[in-house]
Amino acid sequence: MTATAVRDETTKESRTMKVESFLGRHAALMPTFAALAILLLLFAGAEAFLRGDFITPRNISALLLDNAYLLVLAVGMTFVILTGGIDLSVGSVMAFTGILGAKLLADGLPVVIAVPAIILGGALIGLVIGVLVQYFNVQPFIASLAGLFLARGLAFVVSLSSIKVEEPAILWLQSTRITVGSWYITPTGIIALLAVAVAAFVLHLTRFGRTVYAIGGSESSARLMGLNVARTKVAVYVISGLCAGLAGLILTAYSGAGYPRNGIGTELDAIAAVVIGGTLLTGGRGYVVGSMVGVFVYGTIKTIISFMGAEQSWMQIIVGALLLLFIVVQRAIVARSEGRR
Amino acid sequence: MTADTVVPPIVEMTGITIRFPGVLALDKVDFTLRPGEVHALMGENGAGKSTLIKALTGVYTIDEGTIVVDGRQQSFSTAGDAQAAGISTVYQEVNLCENLTVGENVMLGHEPRRGSVIDWRRTHAEARKHLVSLGLAIDPRSSLASHSIAIQQLVAISRAMVLEAKVLVLDEPTSSLDRGEVELLFRVVRDLRDRGVAILFVSHFLDQVYEIADRITVLRNGALVGEYPIAELPRDALVTKMIGRELEDLATLSSSAHREIDRSGAPVVKATGLGKRGILEPADLEVYPGEVVGLAGLLGSGRTELVRLLYGADRADEGEIELHGAPAKIHSPLHAIGRRISFSSENRREEGVVSDLTVAENIVLGMQARQGWARRLRRSEKDAVVTGWIEALGVRPANPNALVGNLSGGNQQKVLLARWLATAPELLVLDEPTRGIDVGAKADIQKKVSELSADGLSVIFISSELEEVLRLAQRIVVMRDRRKIGELESASTDLDGLIDYIANEGEGSAA
Repeated sequence: MTATAVRDETTKESRTMKVESFLGRHAALMPTFAALAILLLLFAGAEAFLRGDFITPRNISALLLDNAYLLVLAVGMTFVILTGGIDLSVGSVMAFTGILGAKLLADGLPVVIAVPAIILGGALIGLVIGVLVQYFNVQPFIASLAGLFLARGLAFVVSLSSIKVEEPAILWLQSTRITVGSWYITPTGIIALLAVAVAAFVLHLTRFGRTVYAIGGSESSARLMGLNVARTKVAVYVISGLCAGLAGLILTAYSGAGYPRNGIGTELDAIAAVVIGGTLLTGGRGYVVGSMVGVFVYGTIKTIISFMGAEQSWMQIIVGALLLLFIVVQRAIVARSEGRR
Repeated sequence: MTADTVVPPIVEMTGITIRFPGVLALDKVDFTLRPGEVHALMGENGAGKSTLIKALTGVYTIDEGTIVVDGRQQSFSTAGDAQAAGISTVYQEVNLCENLTVGENVMLGHEPRRGSVIDWRRTHAEARKHLVSLGLAIDPRSSLASHSIAIQQLVAISRAMVLEAKVLVLDEPTSSLDRGEVELLFRVVRDLRDRGVAILFVSHFLDQVYEIADRITVLRNGALVGEYPIAELPRDALVTKMIGRELEDLATLSSSAHREIDRSGAPVVKATGLGKRGILEPADLEVYPGEVVGLAGLLGSGRTELVRLLYGADRADEGEIELHGAPAKIHSPLHAIGRRISFSSENRREEGVVSDLTVAENIVLGMQARQGWARRLRRSEKDAVVTGWIEALGVRPANPNALVGNLSGGNQQKVLLARWLATAPELLVLDEPTRGIDVGAKADIQKKVSELSADGLSVIFISSELEEVLRLAQRIVVMRDRRKIGELESASTDLDGLIDYIANEGEGSAA
């Protein structure tokens, strides 16, 4: 009997050790799981509150459609934040590339020129920010703030008012609905999901991606380990700019027009989604899939509030509260991993 | 020493010169390293060891001289260049990424790939292979942060093995390891040596150097003293070569250690049972007027922690403090300054000088803190104080408007000392005031401390250099493992006695 008791004890011990080693290995996943839990909670809560009217194929499909541009922005932002940087320019860059594309199309240029111009325009602004950060040692906050003003200014230079897009190829991105039963997905949604998949691939299965994480963990270590820190840091801003350009394309398709005042404050929405998705603002920890969850949390809150007919200001209050919660959770995780040594 | 003649050197550095603003960090230093040897680089703080290492590992660019690695002349501009040439470095502060797994840290940048896709299974298998070859049976998928510093250091060495390093530089790898961990590290080092890796070993522990090294190069003040096979350089000869001129310089200093202290009155400060959970076990400390009390013990023994509690920089959770016999509470550094206690931190750059301010601005900071921010100090008063202290301490350049960031370490330390002396303290706490500064400045600072204490200033003096503590302090408080283990009168002990006490004084027998 004592022997069994002892064996019980040891199995229990090894079980807790297993749990602990699992938690130890996957501590960085916890905030992402938390975000997922919150998303499910929101779904369940809204479903209960609206008596089964919320979780419908139409609503869920619309969630992706309405937030495709934000998802793409969040993907780019995840790269930057993982290195410990920040990119405040993406909202403005999205507006600039959007209005630029609309203008080029309105001037009669073909889609094969306008679309690459949209995307490369964003990448170019990202390149400028990256070079400022890396080679001129400017704080990412300041460099991307400069990018924010520059891109917004350029947007107004292109046009002061909205330009309608009538190009069928662009509108096709939005209007095409690939349906399965009452579920549907638009090409814009597919682009956004592809962006997530490509980003996840790059971050987890390429040396470039691992260098991004290493820089976020410790930039000086990464440098001393002989990794190419300079190239990687510039590249993350280029990727963020590229994504902002892509988001510009998606938003233009979504709204059927370019508008220079689009996306004011959207960079903050993207940052919020990334943080809610479990990426540490100090860098080195987080997942692009988490950012996707973050975007869906954000989008769901917005949908619920419009369903309830409540003031949109509640949106910001709830997102603010969630951010606060997540930052505290992240601090706790960091403190725990520091305390373990 | 078969390596002597048979094997050609793998690293040949000739005439290496590096200049920093205002300082000649390395002056035409030669250094050679052969495969299959452990070569110790020795020298006091500021002798140029780190600078030489950083020149070899591509962190600093050399101003003059040549580096030949494996028969090829090299000019490194990044750490990556040096690694590509087969030189890997393990630093004192482990330079790995704690957010990643052990295996990733080992393989980062060299992961096996299929096309451009990392093959994680093979990555971890290879990492495991390298870890095991160093006798490390840890899970490559575990997070690096979950391992001790010693293990992390071995992980860093495994990484060097992945790079197939021909030269392994170990920069103070043992300073935060315990005895067992050092053994583990040394076993690995010997093994690598036998495999033909050239190892450059830097440590301030003489015992360890004599345990592991085959050859010693000694640097002093940025210049080469010489290269010796270990058998031809007994310990005392090594120490003399390391400190050389300093002995002469400092020998002329009148030792203040034998001055009689009147301990009949009330102590300037008396702490009883001062402690903080997890930081410092309760300790007693008293300092009488005109007394220099030394705090001796290894790095991390609780020396700094004790004085930070006393100064109010950290909050004690038990114990009492009396000032001149009257109970007092010290809540914050500002509070302490008001009670005429000043503290000069060991972190000169982070907690000491403000690099972007001038010498004069740095000096008046302490006075201004004492005065309160709202009351202006008169300009003429400031100028008088500043020029007075610059002269008294011999700050070079003697320019009150020079930016402190451009001064040498020794002069920054003098500025810091001036700042606190300008507050006219009764008790001055100096934490490692002479670390990493040149001999001249060191002598100046010791002389000043000695003079001021003779005039009645009480001083708590913390230093890793025990000779210095023995020379200055009348009484020495010995710390170990975050605990005060006892007190010694300087007059009744010598260096060996003190070292023995720090190392061996047993449990319970402490005062």
